[in-house]
Amino acid sequence: MEESTSPKQEKENQELGEARRSWDVKTAASPQYSEPASFEPLEAKQGLETGRQSRSSRYWSPQSGARTSLGGSAGPETSSPAPLSPRESSSTPSPLAPAIQDLGAPPQSDRTTSVIPEAGTPDPDPLEQSSDKRESTHHTNQSDGNTFQQSQQPHLCGPRAVSYKNANQKELRFDVFQEEDSNSDYDLHQPATGGSEVAPSMLETTVQNAKAYLLKTSSKSGLNLYDHLSNMLTKILDERPENAVDIIENISQDVKMAHFSKKFDALQNENEMLPTYEIAEKQKALFLQVHLEGVDQELEDEIVENALPNVMESAFYFEQAGVGLGTDETYRIFLALKQLTDTHPIQRCRFWGKILGLEMNYIVAEVEFREGEDEEEVEEEDVDEERDNRESEADEDEEDELPKSLYKAPQAIPKEESRTGANKYVYFVCNEPGRPWVKLPPVTPAQIVIARKIKKFFTGRLDAPIISYPPFPGNESNYLRAQIARISAGTHVSPLGFYQFGEEEGEEEEEVEGSQNSFEENPDFEGIQVIDLVETLSNWVHHVQHILSQGRCNWFNSVQKNEEEEEEEDEEKEEPDYIEQEVGPPLLTPISEDLEIQNIPPWTTRLSSNLIPQYAIAVLQSNLWPGAYAFSNGKKFENFYIGWGHKYSPDNYTPPVPPPVYQEYPSGPEITEMDDPGVEEEQAFRAAQEAVLLAAEENEETEEDEDEEDDYD
Amino acid sequence: MDAESLLLSLELASGSGQGLSPDRRASLLTSLLLVKRDYRYDRVLFWGRILGLVADYYIAQGLSEDQLAPRKTLYSLNCTEWSLLPPATEEMVAQSSVVKGRFMGDPSYEYEHIELQKVNEGEKVFEEEVVIQIKEETRLVYVIDQIDKAVAIIPRGALFKTPFGPTHVNRTFEGLSLSEAKKLSSYFHFREPVELKNKTLLEKADLDPSLDFMDSLEHDVPKGSWSIQMERGNTLVVLRSLLWPGLTFYHAPRTRNYGYIYVGTGEKNMDLPFML
Repeated sequence: MEESTSPKQEKENQELGEARRSWDVKTAASPQYSEPASFEPLEAKQGLETGRQSRSSRYWSPQSGARTSLGGSAGPETSSPAPLSPRESSSTPSPLAPAIQDLGAPPQSDRTTSVIPEAGTPDPDPLEQSSDKRESTHHTNQSDGNTFQQSQQPHLCGPRAVSYKNANQKELRFDVFQEEDSNSDYDLHQPATGGSEVAPSMLETTVQNAKAYLLKTSSKSGLNLYDHLSNMLTKILDERPENAVDIIENISQDVKMAHFSKKFDALQNENEMLPTYEIAEKQKALFLQVHLEGVDQELEDEIVENALPNVMESAFYFEQAGVGLGTDETYRIFLALKQLTDTHPIQRCRFWGKILGLEMNYIVAEVEFREGEDEEEVEEEDVDEERDNRESEADEDEEDELPKSLYKAPQAIPKEESRTGANKYVYFVCNEPGRPWVKLPPVTPAQIVIARKIKKFFTGRLDAPIISYPPFPGNESNYLRAQIARISAGTHVSPLGFYQFGEEEGEEEEEVEGSQNSFEENPDFEGIQVIDLVETLSNWVHHVQHILSQGRCNWFNSVQKNEEEEEEEDEEKEEPDYIEQEVGPPLLTPISEDLEIQNIPPWTTRLSSNLIPQYAIAVLQSNLWPGAYAFSNGKKFENFYIGWGHKYSPDNYTPPVPPPVYQEYPSGPEITEMDDPGVEEEQAFRAAQEAVLLAAEENEETEEDEDEEDDYD
Repeated sequence: MDAESLLLSLELASGSGQGLSPDRRASLLTSLLLVKRDYRYDRVLFWGRILGLVADYYIAQGLSEDQLAPRKTLYSLNCTEWSLLPPATEEMVAQSSVVKGRFMGDPSYEYEHIELQKVNEGEKVFEEEVVIQIKEETRLVYVIDQIDKAVAIIPRGALFKTPFGPTHVNRTFEGLSLSEAKKLSSYFHFREPVELKNKTLLEKADLDPSLDFMDSLEHDVPKGSWSIQMERGNTLVVLRSLLWPGLTFYHAPRTRNYGYIYVGTGEKNMDLPFML
């Protein structure tokens, strides 16, 4: 019967009003019916509510118990036709006979509606009781109808009977009904008008009892049903959700939760929101910077020309290509870059991109310091290396007695000087705009070589160790720097002609090869048509040096240095292997020369928009480093990277195999194991030895004999 | 992501960097409305974008009243004209699983796959090289199906199941709380459950049958294939899949905004165990 209870809840007001009105209309003659109408709607509501609850069973079943004493048929039977009867019967009993048929027929269709007035038990109850007399007179006549009602009623009463057993207020109800019963007894023998005087007070008491019951607080939760229902209905009436009946349980739950959560508000909210507020504070600091830096305005004016790039403009163009971080995030990054340029002596700065990590992401800025600003750190690292060398030599001296292994570790290729090659730019990273910028250490060739062999996700913490094979010399900050170097070398491109070689400086600086390292902006660059930029790749050139497989951009001949060192140490030396000089494509080569990845071209070119080609820009996507983009509108260009920081390979990654075991000592007679002689060999050897001994003894005897003979003469 | 909240969703998912250009966005807004009307879908989701060498595929999905029913997939090359894709069959799956590499961007492009098949001719059995042609459309269907089965996710409580069977959008879903949002167990795979019955009885007793009827992300293999991050200072939780890089799921805690989008090359990251 739960289904019937929910429609009741929703339509209670309307139904009640209608029921009342219909009752009033149909029974205008009967005063006892008009009286309920004068009752306050609230109490009626309560009445409905009570009826709605399973408590209503208590009304029904005691009635059934009580009514049987009346000698009539079971009370519940009358109760269902009872509400109908007020509607449909007139005050006189005689029309009841035809009303019986009416009762018989409508219950079918009105079953649900019958339940509604049923629910209004306190009200109809007295009504029923007062009309009982009528019904008792037509009870016998109604047998057919009643059996029909009977079949309905046990069905109705079933679940209610169950809950009735749990009722606490059984006694109270019985009292009420005893009272009513006595009244109805009285009614039975009285005309209808007499019953009307008793009805209001009875009604009042039942209503009050019902309300008292509803106001009873739950022993578990401290709520009471009356308040809960009124809150719920208030909420529904305020919010007017659609199809509220479908979500009524959720609404009830929400009301209950809202009631409770107030107590814990202070504690819970504080814990959860703290990190949010932290970040917001830091980012607010970003926004406030402008006002704080009033003192350094002169300094700023000098730097402002070159240092800060127009990040928003580049972001706008990249958005045309479908790449970007969202406007406000980009603006915060812009402000963070400004903070970076204000706190460090930076000549030029660029927003390089964003590298995604497992726990946190990295926002990378590419920075060029002003002259002479960043040499301190380099010296520290050299000192460390020297110390390490000395320690290893000391160890070697102690172990001189053991056969020396001839293994010489391949000499570490020294890293490139800052401002040249792979270390041309310095990179700063931060996890989120607002957090402090951290400078990444310069990259060494060994790190690049190993970074090419491993493939690891970034966690987002710069001090995280990289556990891999081959073991990476460094932690995540070094790996990050190595990947940044590789990506820059592979994907930073510019339109042809934007940069040109410096005129005379390049040739003088170089050592062996004669490749040119420096370039500068071409002041006479006139721009290339966007269409041309899209059609062929030869209009784009790399402007970052290619990294050789050695790990450097400029070839370092380790062989030469080996010769110098070996003269100091041992004279024995194996001949130095002739290492071929590695040559990479020179600077400013067009990207049409890039190698294909199997069958895939290394770059994909698009126009940003096919619908409005005259204002479109050319967009380059790298297929080798997914996430690297470059755009140009003919005159301006910019590079950007957003991704996980890994190269694309159509085949799966295979970790490199460990090298073969090195032969530690040369094999020679001192250390070569020899088999112990077997038993037969030993015997043969012994026999041979004995034979030799015998022969030797015989020789001695003959000699002695000869000597003795000589002596005798 | 829901086509109705497209702009906001794109903004929230922009942390991964790949999004849509303004003209695509504008054409999507209008064309998805028309798709919804023409095909009479209950909800239209913008699924994402698969990058090809020549052109990109824009994918949308239409849902009927029952949220867990098989979704209809549509693709477009220019965000204006949409074509319906056939549902994935087992044959398609078997065929397309051998194709590797990038998508071309041309739906009629055919991949050639050489297979050695044993051919019986009379009494002899010898192997012959058979060249099988696989259309890119088939491969597209396969990849979208794989991605949906593997990594399409929904926060717990967003859908609820009625006793009659169909799954509905939960109108009283108010978003996950901040502490729940950081746990993998608060997110479910948006597909028919596969592992639910393997749970122990004790675990099942704790489940709410109307809300917990899908697999959660906790037991995904390999462990660690999801990266959970809070962005914008704890006001947005972003889950990125490491198995299919390019899938981003976003949710603003305590609000009803959530969704996922895939922007990537359509290739599974088979190197995941090495990279963790």
